[in-house]
Amino acid sequence: MSDAMAADRPVLEAEHVTRVFDVSRPMLARLMAGEKKRMLRAVDDASFAIRRGTTLSLVGESGCGKSTVARMAVGLYAPSAGAMRFEGCELSAARRDAALRRRMNMIFQDPYASLNPRWRVRDIVAEPIRAFRLARGAAVSERVAELLVQVGLSAADGQKYPHEFSGGQRQRVSIARALASEPEFLVCDEPTSALDVSVQAQILNLMKGLQERLGLTYLFISHNLAVVRHMSERLGVMYLGRIVEMGKAEAIFSKPQHPYTRLLLEAIPDLEMVGRARTPVGGEVPSPIAPPPGCAFHPRCPLAREKCRSVRPETARAGEVEVACHAVAEGWG
Amino acid sequence: MAGGADATLLEVRDLVVEFPTRRGVLRALDGISFSIARGEVLGVVGESGAGKSLTGAAIIGLLEPPGRVVGGEIRLDGQRIDNLPQAAMRKVRGKRIGAIFQDPLTTLNPLLSIGRQLVETIRTHLPLSESEARERAISWLEEVGIPAARQRIDAYPHEFSGGMRQRVVIALALCAEPEMVVADEPTTALDVSIQAQIIALMKRLAAEHGTAVMLVTHDMGVIAETCDRVAVMYAGRIAEIGPVREVVKHPSHPYTSGLMASIPALDRKVARLAQIEGAMPRLTTIPRGCAFNPRCPKAMDVCRQEKPGLRPAGATMAACHLYEVENV
Ligand SMILES: Nc1ncnc2c1ncn2[C@@H]1O[C@H](COP(=O)(O)OP(=O)(O)OP(=O)(O)O)[C@@H](O)[C@H]1O
Ligand SMILES: Nc1ncnc2c1ncn2[C@@H]1O[C@H](COP(=O)(O)OP(=O)(O)OP(=O)(O)O)[C@@H](O)[C@H]1O
Ligand code: SF4
Ligand code: SF4
Ligand SMILES: [Mg+2]
Ligand SMILES: [Mg+2]
Repeated sequence: MSDAMAADRPVLEAEHVTRVFDVSRPMLARLMAGEKKRMLRAVDDASFAIRRGTTLSLVGESGCGKSTVARMAVGLYAPSAGAMRFEGCELSAARRDAALRRRMNMIFQDPYASLNPRWRVRDIVAEPIRAFRLARGAAVSERVAELLVQVGLSAADGQKYPHEFSGGQRQRVSIARALASEPEFLVCDEPTSALDVSVQAQILNLMKGLQERLGLTYLFISHNLAVVRHMSERLGVMYLGRIVEMGKAEAIFSKPQHPYTRLLLEAIPDLEMVGRARTPVGGEVPSPIAPPPGCAFHPRCPLAREKCRSVRPETARAGEVEVACHAVAEGWG
Repeated sequence: MAGGADATLLEVRDLVVEFPTRRGVLRALDGISFSIARGEVLGVVGESGAGKSLTGAAIIGLLEPPGRVVGGEIRLDGQRIDNLPQAAMRKVRGKRIGAIFQDPLTTLNPLLSIGRQLVETIRTHLPLSESEARERAISWLEEVGIPAARQRIDAYPHEFSGGMRQRVVIALALCAEPEMVVADEPTTALDVSIQAQIIALMKRLAAEHGTAVMLVTHDMGVIAETCDRVAVMYAGRIAEIGPVREVVKHPSHPYTSGLMASIPALDRKVARLAQIEGAMPRLTTIPRGCAFNPRCPKAMDVCRQEKPGLRPAGATMAACHLYEVENV
């Protein structure tokens, strides 16, 4: 492969990825009640690619499958079907290769659960530096101090244990740890959700700065759409395991096409709302165990027609973006 | 203040919390005072590490040792609760004050199913049978927006997404129908539409049942939409407190102004977000005078000498020497 092609090749590529979880009750209880196995399709036929030095964000309702995609993207879950590739290398193989493994990392949604409570913060942050032999001796502590300061903590915080920090401070420890292995590809699952807006601005500025300087690539997940707009080149909107709209972030924010995306953008709270109620996306959130047939969004969709109840909409180009919706494809939206 | 003296449910006066450590005694809360009326939602915002969660933990009597209350008092409906014996406090907690914690995983028992945890909490506080409690648990799960609640009630915490676990924690806090709810970042892991549903639920509890809510969140949009008043905290003290509209639109304290300016806007894209330069001081090195003075664009000599107390500043109360000077 020529160098030009390598540079063009996406860092991460998902090809028709699906992930199914078995959520049946324990076998005996299930057999006694005469129930069938219950399968939950957390991610359903998702395809996307992330180019080097860019950010793809995923948004969508709680439980729609974002963290499951994130975990597959760093090889923590294997896809039930389809392929996930990092630098052209299938992920389970990429994880076995230490050199490739170092180049990817993840900031978890639950910062406390991802930090070892018995370790001091300086050891938590130093661990990847030592494991991948990125520095030795005194240079390790210098690097740890530098990382702590970068995320708005101080070098002296290294001697504390995770429980001695506030929620937002712990989240910053996990960001420092994720950056310690000098990854080129970083999956960030709600990286700033526990941070006040001023520290959040500091972390987002740091992440963007690293991207500009070192060409980092991000898969970014956040419920805060203003943050998503600030961070991303491309955006994927998920609904019940499917990517229903995907394309340039600016295009989607300025002209959302899928009916779910439109409702999502309308439901954002903002400072103009003092004392006002906002209109939530109406209707029941459907069960992911027994998703509605056809287009899974049809029970809540203001544009739904008969076809939507039986025929699953395929993903198709619509202007600058790709959308899975009959109304958009056939022009009744 | 909203309501009138008799409507006050929670009253916190000059609360001081300290951590004795090898490195000396750290004062994490330094004279916090505020009150919440029945049916009122008080928002609490502020820099990460400012002491929001500690304030909540002190109210529900769950400060983790070595942290302890060394001064001030906390009253619920006139009765002191900061010096209650453990057993009496355990009754208050759960039944009279419900708590939603910042880390959902630390609240949920990973070994018990979601349903088991809800049923046990409900039965501890309400006179219901096992099957009635189970029905109640299912309706609470529906209330907080868990789809297919009846089928998923027997799932274990790790089988739920981050936001679903957070909603279970909310259901656990509310299912005993407490008079007061301390909610620490209840909606951070939730998408905007579930967030709207949870907020509507809390507002309804406040309006219909007179539940008082202390809502800690970093999301100013949520604050603007939900709260009556908001308190802004910085380095263990209240920097500003007042009606939401005033604090958001006409902040008096320089820290509040900086905070409002850091919010990313949805309708325009900037190359770099505004941030307040510098970092909040560690508890070991709180500067003399106003703790914000090293980062404050308006700092004066007096700010490096004297700690400002809360005083009227426009339509809010602010702890800032600027307002003293103006009032002279
Ligand atoms: N066990 C402990 N030992 C020492 N210091 C502690 C301990 N627990 C909390 N602190 C300190 O007390 C301060 C206040 O913490 P708190 O958790 O109340 O912050 P917060 O305002 O909730 O912040 P965040 O927005 O990040 O959740 C922090 O500086 C924290 O480091
Ligand atoms: N290990 C698991 N076992 C069973 N079900 C799971 C497991 N992990 C996730 N799920 C289910 O898969 C669906 C998607 O979960 P996921 O964590 O990906 O959601 P999410 O989009 O990240 O949501 P949130 O915004 O709440 O974090 C949910 O219905 C969840 O209950
Ligand atoms: S396919 Fe039909 S139901 Fe689905 S989003 Fe489009 S119009 Fe709505
Ligand atoms: S007291 Fe002084 S330093 Fe503190 S916020 Fe006011 S002006 Fe700034
Ligand atoms: Mg998630
Ligand atoms: Mg906190």
